[in-house]
Amino acid sequence: MSAADTPINPMNPAVPGAGATVAQEWRSRFAHTNYINAHYGIKSWLLTKDHKRIALLYLASVTVFFALGGAYAVAIRMELLTPAGDFVQAHTYNKLFTQHGVIMIFFFLIPSIPAVLGNFLVPLMIGAKDLAFPRLNLLSWYIYLVGALFTVWALLNGGIDTGWTFYVPYSTSFSNTYVVAAGLGIFITGFSSILTGLNFIVTIHTMRAPGMTWFRLPLFIWSHYAASLIMVLGTPVIAITVLLVALERLAHIGIFDPRLGGDPVLFQHMFWFYSHPAVYIMVLPSMGVVSEIVATFSRKNIFGYSFVAFSSLAIAVFGFLVWGHHLFTSSQSVYAGMIFSFVSFAVAIPSAVKVFNWTATLYKGSISYDTPMLYALGFIGLFTVGGLTGLFLAALGMDVHLTDTYFIVAHFHYIMVGGALMGYLGGLHYWWPKITGRMYPEGWGRFSALIIFVGFNLTFFPQFLAGYMGMPRRYHAYAEEFQVLNVMSTAGASILGFGLLIPGIYFLWSMRYGKFAPPNPWPATGLEWRTLSPPPTENFASTPIVTWEAYEFRPMEEMEVIGAGPGDTSRPVQPAHGMHSDLTGS
Amino acid sequence: MQIPLPKLDLPRLPFTPEQASTIAGHVDALYLYLILITLFFSSLVVVLIFYFAVRYRRRAADELPRPVEGSLVLETLWTVIPLMIAMTIFTWGASLYFALYRPPRDAIEIFVVGKQWMWKFQHTEGLREINELHVPVGAKVKLTMTTEDVIHAFAVPAFRIRSDVVPGRYTYLWFEATRTGRFHLFCTEYCGTNHSGMTGWVVVQDPTEYQAWLSGGTSESPAAQGEKLFQSLGCASCHKMDVQGRGPMLAGLFGKPQKLDNGQEVVADEAYIRESILDPQNKRVLGFGSVLMPSFRGQVTEEQILQLIAYIRSLGGPQGGTTGGAGGTMNTAAPGAGGGTTSGIAPDTQRSNPVGGTAPQRTQNANTPAGNRPPR
Repeated sequence: MSAADTPINPMNPAVPGAGATVAQEWRSRFAHTNYINAHYGIKSWLLTKDHKRIALLYLASVTVFFALGGAYAVAIRMELLTPAGDFVQAHTYNKLFTQHGVIMIFFFLIPSIPAVLGNFLVPLMIGAKDLAFPRLNLLSWYIYLVGALFTVWALLNGGIDTGWTFYVPYSTSFSNTYVVAAGLGIFITGFSSILTGLNFIVTIHTMRAPGMTWFRLPLFIWSHYAASLIMVLGTPVIAITVLLVALERLAHIGIFDPRLGGDPVLFQHMFWFYSHPAVYIMVLPSMGVVSEIVATFSRKNIFGYSFVAFSSLAIAVFGFLVWGHHLFTSSQSVYAGMIFSFVSFAVAIPSAVKVFNWTATLYKGSISYDTPMLYALGFIGLFTVGGLTGLFLAALGMDVHLTDTYFIVAHFHYIMVGGALMGYLGGLHYWWPKITGRMYPEGWGRFSALIIFVGFNLTFFPQFLAGYMGMPRRYHAYAEEFQVLNVMSTAGASILGFGLLIPGIYFLWSMRYGKFAPPNPWPATGLEWRTLSPPPTENFASTPIVTWEAYEFRPMEEMEVIGAGPGDTSRPVQPAHGMHSDLTGS
Repeated sequence: MQIPLPKLDLPRLPFTPEQASTIAGHVDALYLYLILITLFFSSLVVVLIFYFAVRYRRRAADELPRPVEGSLVLETLWTVIPLMIAMTIFTWGASLYFALYRPPRDAIEIFVVGKQWMWKFQHTEGLREINELHVPVGAKVKLTMTTEDVIHAFAVPAFRIRSDVVPGRYTYLWFEATRTGRFHLFCTEYCGTNHSGMTGWVVVQDPTEYQAWLSGGTSESPAAQGEKLFQSLGCASCHKMDVQGRGPMLAGLFGKPQKLDNGQEVVADEAYIRESILDPQNKRVLGFGSVLMPSFRGQVTEEQILQLIAYIRSLGGPQGGTTGGAGGTMNTAAPGAGGGTTSGIAPDTQRSNPVGGTAPQRTQNANTPAGNRPPR
């Protein structure tokens, strides 16, 4: 073995790269065979069954759609710089906000954490070789891509202008845009979500490593389990709703058109029956990420582990019971409104419980300010604000004044961007060393996290105020008195946009030039950190046997790579041979 | 049942619209309560995070804190206390909601039809407006609303009111303006290309100014137009006034419970009449089950339906059974040209409306209802 092939010493990984030779750190090839270099060629990627490669396929796709959705956002904010509708025409503006919403929700937020981080980490975290249905996993990605491309085709052929909520009768009987094509795209993509959820549920139930009991699972797994329940149970409803819209539009079946005896408000019930739980699909995985990061960078177990775990399940269940809070001013009965309002307050409580538990975890911890932790702490603050403003909207009399104004826009962006996106970025940074085997530049990471935080708040906080003042949403031109707040918002958006570009650049940079990462750079607990960075295709050299609790931080010598040398507490007998030869060959 | 709202004098908060209705101050008070709760809890979380993050920052690379399991006491406290606070918000919000959506009985009635992309208003005195709604200050106003095409929403931020207008049904809103002025009216349910252009004004005037404005109009009242439609569409051939024809007699019908031939009983309100015009086979009156009334769907617009309703209401109904039900002394013949009828106004009923009954100087009808009070 030449010096260049000496494996990286996993001892004392608190100092990154410690023990590695200079040649290894700056070399452009990995020291060991892993899932990235095990096979070469485009076919090996496009026909892979490896959950880790599929996660990277998703990463590339969702990033493209995030950029596309972001471009629409830039155009919207530029129009809203002035009260007059002078940047684009009204019809164009209506397409801009519709397409921003459709792309961001269906092609970025819903897949993002589950399909990228979940796909990569669920088998690793439970000690399995792959998901329960690897081929189905690949199919999920192709279904997602087909649905997304259908929608892109609709966008390029003139777009849609119904709002992402495509309320009837406008979308069925009045809009002259590609509603059916876009609807078909969403219909198809929904199956990607359903299959991913199914895969996760079965995997978590049946493929946990020996000793990995339910209450030793990382909270990331609990969150993804809860989100998967929603994906499987809720997504079919939006599929049927979209189908009915298409049938109404094409065949005039009369289910929604009042002129044919139908009920336009029925659409709203069906639409929101999925779309409210959908927001929990977007936020629960993000909360799972935050639990992992807060534990690692406080070097403590999460305070109230079982309460946090059960809160995830409670959010999933209650989330199905509150859809009517989107219909408080829709002519829904006042009594139905009261029930939905009551349950909407109830669903806020488990989220509050999580926030308090994360905060309590910091107490007497050992806290470091790495980039993932900055994102996680940012999440906690911004999600708290977003969640509390949800209470404004759950209050019936208050919602009458605030619904369909910019208050709503600000509320959901605080949760989706300040919450879900921050969790996604934090998770990407946290697991980047594991996924790519490289470290991102920490200084740039912290800098961009701060820029994003500041830009985000400047963009969306003024929108709360504009909303209470009465500025309606989806307005191309607005009354003069709202301009100052809109200028602030656009200024913030430019800062936010700039901040988001920076990780795009340095993540790409790091894949070629970043420092090589040890198996456990932070260090963290969790089985994914007990294998090499990046992991070999089969994840672990030998099946882990779990004898410790979740988030049980121990001295580094006891947290070695599984299947490796002394200190590997997952095996009762130390292996006879060294780590390197365990992992050659696929 | 109406929930009485105590008078509330709250100074205007920053970044809020004017408080121009009786309910606005109450909504703003709830808003202030919510802001205080938000400030408290978010500051608590932020301060604790900052404090812990600094106080317990990592001081040595191999630090290993003692694990802490959790605390049932804390979990209970921070579940129960937020739940209790949430219940107070819920109760307050729900009571405001009831107040917002329960129109009082003694309100001025105005019909609203939204369509892409304008608001059309119809006063019972006959005036019609587009995109501007004149109302008197201090008067309860009830809006009966619908739309010709897609879902819109009628919102006046200064009044803190909003309701969707939905095709195929009526929705109702009410307010009592407390100050004069011009207040934004917005459509706030996305409705197509010119959604952001579907805006207007609510113009609140002093009662005397409002009266003057009313008398400036020369349109026919909706009830008079409804009567013309009643004849031209052929309704009168089955629904006769003096003898029993093939259809039920409509005098005195409005607001009364009706027995149907399937045993149910419904109140003959606006929605019932609208349904009887568009889908007459749905609810057949007892004794007329075998008569086939034709549907007028596609032959009448929403505005015309409202006019027919105004006419039928003017034929009399139970006093006090509906808002502004016409008194029994009503003369069904159309009043002289240029005058509004007193349809929709019960002269004997107590009104908070300072405008009172029809202003005497306007009515050229000799049958001025007894007990007509001069405007305050």
